[in-house]
Amino acid sequence: MAALISLVIAEHDNQSLKATTLNAVAAALQISSEVDILVAGNGADGVAQAAGQIAGVRKVIQVDSPALADQLAEPLAAQILSIAKNYSHILAPATANGKNVLPRVAAKLDVAQLSDITRVVSPDTFERPIYAGNAIATVQSADSIKVITVRTTGFDPVAATGGLATIEKQSGDAAASNTSSSSFVGRELTKSDRPELTAAKIIVSGGRGLGSGEKYQEVVVPLADALGAALGASRAAVDAGYVPNDYQVGQTGKIVAPQLYVAVGISGAIQHLAGMKDSKVIVAINKDPEAPIFSVADYGLVADLFTAVPELTKALS
Amino acid sequence: MKILVAVKRVVDYNVKVRVKSDNSGVDIANVKMSMNPFDEIAVEEAVRLKEAGIVTEIIVVSAGPTQCQETLRTALAIGADRAILVESDADLQPLAVAKILKALTDKEQAQMVILGKQAIDDDSNQTGQMLAALLDIPQATFASKVVIAEGKATVTREVDGGLETIALTLPAVITTDLRLNEPRYVTLPNIMKAKKKTLESVKPEELGVDIAPRLKTLKVEEPPKRTAGVMVADVAALVEKLKNEAKVI
Repeated sequence: MAALISLVIAEHDNQSLKATTLNAVAAALQISSEVDILVAGNGADGVAQAAGQIAGVRKVIQVDSPALADQLAEPLAAQILSIAKNYSHILAPATANGKNVLPRVAAKLDVAQLSDITRVVSPDTFERPIYAGNAIATVQSADSIKVITVRTTGFDPVAATGGLATIEKQSGDAAASNTSSSSFVGRELTKSDRPELTAAKIIVSGGRGLGSGEKYQEVVVPLADALGAALGASRAAVDAGYVPNDYQVGQTGKIVAPQLYVAVGISGAIQHLAGMKDSKVIVAINKDPEAPIFSVADYGLVADLFTAVPELTKALS
Repeated sequence: MKILVAVKRVVDYNVKVRVKSDNSGVDIANVKMSMNPFDEIAVEEAVRLKEAGIVTEIIVVSAGPTQCQETLRTALAIGADRAILVESDADLQPLAVAKILKALTDKEQAQMVILGKQAIDDDSNQTGQMLAALLDIPQATFASKVVIAEGKATVTREVDGGLETIALTLPAVITTDLRLNEPRYVTLPNIMKAKKKTLESVKPEELGVDIAPRLKTLKVEEPPKRTAGVMVADVAALVEKLKNEAKVI
């Protein structure tokens, strides 16, 4: 059998390395002891430095090119493909970026992708949730290179420091020659001083029970402030326009597993439960005692959220 | 401009599936099947582009067993012009489906392919990206807004921090997110009309495509169950539990 060497695609915004990279490295280290990280960006020296300090990493490959500034799928996939043959496993966190680019890499290599793995059984066998997490499949890949996205909640992050990886700079020619078909136009990111949803220790999430975006601000936000929590929402609340799309927790939104998840006015559709049921402690506050959210909650409170949540906020402030 | 839309027949999103007792898969006998919700959004978007005079013909494709004809008829009732069923009882994995769709995109000379970002059964989120790679054309995944003008698609995408907009030269592949549109209800007259539209059936081998599965499912199990928690009487009791029992605050 060929040597097992993994490549992890770093998640970053050219400024900072995202914590989800640490979960992907954790998965990679369960596959092989040799793990390299690709930092493909533009002016991402700081990111490469940070990646080099991740515990257990052998080498950081840094590629700097204007073509990689916005993580467009076409140049980024081309850059990954230029070194893919050196690896037995190529992994990325199952973020919007990872999901966007890795299937493109897999198809070009003519291999399958394993999406959203939650456990490494062996170097060719993995567990992954299907049907919104209502079943866990154990799948084995016969392909020469395994292309994998990692569900970050399935793996505890490795330490961000303590590593002594070398940083090797490589040319961005592969990316630069793949920029003709797509271009970046603009970005509208939700501004927030809060912890990122997928990395937060505590999340307060609001649902349709709130009735409006104003009530979300009035009721959910102060509780999140009191707890130092990230803000989340159900699909219903996002569809109704209470909060931006990136707040959505669920099967097709963000998958989270914080220490504490507080669900406010969320009924608990299976698609929502799929995104948060691995949280350590779940609190549900809902006026409907039959709401399915109570079936996964450690602590349920049947109450009018408009009085109970402010009371809770006050008790915690 | 011709457009191809891919649709998948899946267990209805309201059904909570059960794992088979022999751990060979989930039990989908006698459960309600529907079009994958993201694919329904893809069909709707194509129809809106046709209504806007941008698209001239919508070809809807599904790969799977004979029963996928129902899914295709639904797409025709929403407003697709004709349908192609790539009939196979095999385990069709995303790479195989991408190869099938590549063959059909080439054959039909489609300028755009729209698909759902993810099927709600295997939750893979791969086929659109793989198709774009095989065709060597650009992709815009997780679309929440699509504008077509002057040979370009300008697509707003739902990403982790919010939204981003990219421009693609056509031909291109677009995958849909939830907020791209709200699919219309199919009306009885349109269901009747859909019955008269062409539904062609081909086999994967006629397209010269290798559909051999690459991944082997060894077993399928129930996820670990969460044990039911306790109901607390009031906010004070909740705070007490969180502080002293769960110790999370």
